[in-house]
Parts: sequence; structure tokens; C-alpha cells
Amino acid sequence: MLLNVNNLSVSFGGVHALNLDHFSLRDKELRVIIGPNGAGKSTFLDIICGKTKADKGEITFNGKPILGKTEVKIAEAGIGRKFQKPSVFPGLTVYDNLLLAAKMKKDIFSSLFFKATPALAERIHAVATKLSLTTAMYKMAGDLSHGQKQWLEIAIVVLQDPTLMLIDEPAAGMSDEETEKTGALLLELSKAHSIIVIEHDMKFVEQIANELVTVLVRGKRLMEGTFAEVKNDQRVIDCYLGRTNAQLETL
Amino acid sequence: MRTKTNPLYYILFIAFFAILLPAGYLSGFLSVNTISVWGRYFCFAIAALGIDLIWGYTGILSMCQAFFFCLGSYGIAMHLLLKKTVAAGAVLPDFMAWNKIETLPFFWQPFHSFGWSLVLCLLIPALFAFVVGFVLFRSRIKGVYMAIITQALTLAMWLIFLRNETNLGGTNGLTDFNTILGYNLSSSSVKLGLYMISFAVLCAAYFACYYITHSKFGKVLQAIRDSESRISYAAYKVVDYKLAVFVVAALLAAVGGMLYLPQTGIITPGRMDVKASVEMVMWVALGGRGNLKGAVLGALLVNFLYSICTSLFPDSWLFILGFLFVITVLYFDKGFMGLVESIRQRLANTRFKTPQTTL
Repeated sequence: MLLNVNNLSVSFGGVHALNLDHFSLRDKELRVIIGPNGAGKSTFLDIICGKTKADKGEITFNGKPILGKTEVKIAEAGIGRKFQKPSVFPGLTVYDNLLLAAKMKKDIFSSLFFKATPALAERIHAVATKLSLTTAMYKMAGDLSHGQKQWLEIAIVVLQDPTLMLIDEPAAGMSDEETEKTGALLLELSKAHSIIVIEHDMKFVEQIANELVTVLVRGKRLMEGTFAEVKNDQRVIDCYLGRTNAQLETL
Repeated sequence: MRTKTNPLYYILFIAFFAILLPAGYLSGFLSVNTISVWGRYFCFAIAALGIDLIWGYTGILSMCQAFFFCLGSYGIAMHLLLKKTVAAGAVLPDFMAWNKIETLPFFWQPFHSFGWSLVLCLLIPALFAFVVGFVLFRSRIKGVYMAIITQALTLAMWLIFLRNETNLGGTNGLTDFNTILGYNLSSSSVKLGLYMISFAVLCAAYFACYYITHSKFGKVLQAIRDSESRISYAAYKVVDYKLAVFVVAALLAAVGGMLYLPQTGIITPGRMDVKASVEMVMWVALGGRGNLKGAVLGALLVNFLYSICTSLFPDSWLFILGFLFVITVLYFDKGFMGLVESIRQRLANTRFKTPQTTL
């Protein structure tokens, strides 16, 4: 198992945001996490990438414990994160955004005397092509549309070349066409990387969930199964899909 | 927006200050005081480059640059004063004798040597910045808290320098020097020489900063300004980068201070009071932050304006500066350079649009 999580818990001001008994991820697996608002999905990713400190529990990545390490150490270990709200560098060009992300030595002196190699430029262009960013290469990242920013952030994570990608709501704010393209891209990426995706858009989940789907509710793992199993599980319908249906019916 | 600068502007700038002004002085149109005054502005511009690196590019508002500037000035002042004292056959500078001090304080000793003075003028601010930066950046202090803490630190240092017990001349500061490395400071040719050295150092500092900001290191700095969390999830050690740029900014301020001292002939704690440290930040804000040319022009223009205004309307300088600052914040937040840029773009747009509309 690439990622193993046991008895992880964190609370904010007395409220249990997350209380996860067990979670594990195979190498090169694409896992989708769904759950209603406040289920602790983003908190879970925040803990893995070092943004939030857990109260207790253990997380091992590649057999090594990562809980309590700094963001940089975790990133160096091979975990890349895409945030729910696209987080890019608005004052830099798309190319520079990608250049900073690319896997290389990242200490002060390497950066000061850095020279771009053709191989690196090629890699950046290849990733940019995959995410349809080639035409915007020298635009300021702050001037991109919301969907393009989402893709730019995915491209940033891809260029970091992490073993595990944590992707938080990649399809938020995208058109149907863009969403489908994002799905296809994630499926392709899952051939070479392990990916955890958080998503609300059920159509999108159906598209990418070839393997397991984990359902989180109020910080706890409700169930884990294939998309078909999850979709037909009465508990899931009750506390998540069911409620949406009920809302739809009342409309 | 980043546009390629026409090399013509650099050539004009260098030609004006390196040839035209000295030529004006040599042919008698300008007094040596004018030359010396501009020489001092160059020192401010060097410090402003440092402020632009740390504030404009990295987004850290450091209010202790005036203190680093003074550390440079005080170091050179101590050396000059000791040289004068020894030449006069005394052991202690006058002010110490008046304060009834019998032996030269230990921290004055190394300043007998010019070489050690230079080293210490750079080493002390760098070390100070390193220690302060290490503590602040590791505790993830950001934004307005950073500004408040560094301002408080400058204020504390100002109070320490004001005290006679610190043995740095107290409120009166250090003054009344006569030679530097054997050259008479009041001679016109030495003043011109210092002017040229300051200008050369300013140019060197500008190009060093240009290299830094255009390297990947500079891009990391801007990335820290834009999104500190994103850059640390991309495995950059933010603390290292912030520390490095803080030390570089402190060094630039100190170099400015070192060159400033022999040209003014006096350094008092007034150079690092709250007003002075805010003013230094204002040069960069008015010139255009995140733009090296803006920092240099801002420092030069604001100080030039200061000398004009204080002779025309002596009492209203602070009102004028405050008014300029408010206008800048309200209407052109990218300062003077941002204004030039937007005017140029508007002109380009109209030129571009006219043929289209007529077609």
C-alpha cells in the first residue's frame, strides 16, 4: 500500500472534523472521495499535505510516517496538492508558474544560477499542451479564466511529478466539456500516478471512478466500494444523494 | 506587465548622471553642493533597491531598512572619527572625553582599520537581519505584523542610539570628520569622486538586483508574494528565500549608508526614526513597487522634490509628501512607473485602434 491512514482524528474547537478509522491507497490507484459539505474531505487532504496538524493518528506514505512533517518535506516525499480554490501565482506568467513547479533542485543557489535546459522547456510545453495552456503561455496567470486557472494548478501538480496527487474539486466552475476533458486527463494521469480526487459532480465521479469510491460523512468513513455499489447503497442515498433527491422532489 | 526596456533609457540615465552633471560642475554651471546632494540621493536609491526586493518583489514590508542604513553610516563615521582623533594625538573622540569616558569602548577598537570598518559595516547589518529574520520568518510572521515588529525594532534601536551611554554620540550623532583614507572630505574633487563612486555602486546594485529578479530566484520571491502556501507545496523552503532576500536588502541599505556618510558629514539617530523609516518605504511606493526602475526613480525624485519644496515652502513638505502618497494609493497603486506604463499603453491602444475604426 502506498498510503496508509489509521485512527486519524482532528477537531476544530471541539467539533470533530475528521475521525477516520482506516484509509489506504494502492500504488497507481485513482480514488474518489465524496461526501456532503463538512464531511472532512478537504481537511483530510490538508492533513496529508501538512497544511493542518492532526490531533492523533498515523499516516504512512511509502512506508514512512509523514504526520507532523513540514509542507516542504511532504512535497519532497512526493505528494502534490491541488486546492479547491485555484491557487496559482497571479503575478507570474503561465510559463513561470510551470517553471517554478517543475521537479528540480529548489534551494536558493540552484534557483539563483538556474538555466533552463531544452529538456525542461520541452517538458513544460508537453504538460501545457495536455492542459490546453499553450496559447496562454505568456499571459499573466491572474488574467486566466477560472477554468484555465484550475488547469494551470493541475499542470503545476503534474510538473512536480509527485507519486501521489491530491486533487480537490478539479471540475468546480468548469463547463461540461471542460469537465469531461479534465476527467479524461485524470484517468490518463492515473496510469503513472496515484491520485485522490474529491468531487461533488456525480457525472464526473462516474466518469473517473473506475476503482473505489470512499464516502465520508461527518468526518467518518461511511463506506467504500465501486461507484455502482455506492450509488445503490441505502445509507449513502439517505445521507447524501437521497437528500439531494428529496430536495429535487420538493422543487 | 513586464516589457523589455529600451536600452536607450539606461544610456540616457547614465549619460545624464555620469557625464552631464559632472560636466556641468566642471564647466561651472553647477555648484559642488548640487553634485554632493545628488551623490546622497544615489545612496538612498541603493537602499530603495533593497526595499523593492523585499517589499515590492517578496511582499514583506520591512520597516527596519533605515536602521540598516544607519548601521552602515555609523560604522564609517566611527572609523573617520577615530582617524581624526588619532591624527590630533588624542585617544578618545571629543564627545567621549566630555562624557568622562576613560578608555575606548571595545566595539570601537576594530574601527581603527578601514578594512575592518568596511567588513563590519556589512557584517553587522547582515547578521542582524539574519537573526531577526530567522526568528520572524520561522514563526511565520507575515503582513502587517511583520511591519509592526520591524518598526518597533527600529524604534527600540533608535532609543538605544539616542542614549549617551551607548557611546555613539547620543542625539548629536557623529560628525566633524576631515579625511577619508587621507583625502580631504571638504575638497571639491573628493566630493565629485564620492559622487561618481556612489553612482557606480548604484549602477552595480541595480544590475545585481536586475539579475536577481530575472533569475528563477526572483520568480520564487514573487511567487512567495502571490501565494506563499502554493510555493511551499511546490517544495520551496520559503524561510530560506525570505531570509536570503532580507539579508540582501539589509546589505544594500548598509552600502547606501556607508556611501552616504562621507557625503553628508554627519549621522544622527534621526536618520532611523519612525519618520525616516516610513519615508524610505514611501520612495518605493511612489516610484512603483515591484519595479527596480521605480525604486531608483522614486528615491531620486522624492528626495529631489524634498530639496525643492523645503527651500520654496519649508513648512509644507510633509503635507506634500502625504498628499502624493494618498494620491498614489488611491489612483495609481503601481506608483510613478505604473502611471508611465498605463499612459504608454493607452497611447499604444489609441494608435492601434484608430486604423481599425477608420477601416
